[in-house]
Amino acid sequence: MKGQIDKITDSEVLFEQEFKINGGDFINAGESSSKLKNILKEIGINTDIIRRLAIAAYEAEVNVVTYARHGIMRILIYPEKILLTIEDEGPGIGDIDQAMQPGYSTATEEIREMGFGAGMGLPNMKKNADIFNISSIVDKGTKLEITMNLNDKNA
Amino acid sequence: MKLKKIMEYLNCNCRVLCEDINLDIDIKFAIASDLMSDILATAKPGELLLTGLAHNSVIRTCEITGINAVIFVRNKQPSDDTIKLAQNCKIPVLLTDSTMFEACGILFSKGLKGIHIERAD
Repeated sequence: MKGQIDKITDSEVLFEQEFKINGGDFINAGESSSKLKNILKEIGINTDIIRRLAIAAYEAEVNVVTYARHGIMRILIYPEKILLTIEDEGPGIGDIDQAMQPGYSTATEEIREMGFGAGMGLPNMKKNADIFNISSIVDKGTKLEITMNLNDKNA
Repeated sequence: MKLKKIMEYLNCNCRVLCEDINLDIDIKFAIASDLMSDILATAKPGELLLTGLAHNSVIRTCEITGINAVIFVRNKQPSDDTIKLAQNCKIPVLLTDSTMFEACGILFSKGLKGIHIERAD
């Protein structure tokens, strides 16, 4: 599947948009993902893909609000795929394998009061994405890449 | 099960009423949790959410996952902000005096089902 994606990275971008996410803004957490969902609906993307991408985006947005100073969510739509990247400036993740373990969390009280911080965000993003990539540098930030294939026979 | 019927069974108050909200919508399944992470990992579109957590994040979670309506149990009062958000998202917000267990038990006994999650392994 990854080989296939490599072949189409040069293809034309049909749509592009950026959303700014502010760290610590718990009240508005989810606003960018909501806007994203509405844009995808308007474009007429398959509803199952929209749903999975919106869930992954919301989990990622909540993480930026919780842990980072600020972040940028960027959506790129190609003929064959949608690429969602979430890049933040923040503490980063020291041990990504540990962070990907369901149930592992370093959540604050504030985020637990919102019903998050159960250590299920990153595994849920991975579950909903067709391709999920994460990279992080401690004291700099984290970058997530979520790819959804648009031409899957099952979609 | 019609949302109207659910309100009757749980003696609900409706906090979000506008022309766009349809109390005749058919609820296929229900899910109950205070943990939004759980909802995001398991919810199916067209569901009803029962929760004791009254926060904006509940409405956002409904909107993102396609949940049709939310009931706050133990008469938890959502803030004006949360109500406004629900109004914008056109998600009915209902309040009941029942506890989570009681509300779930009543709806289950009336035939409303939950979602069966297959084990991943």
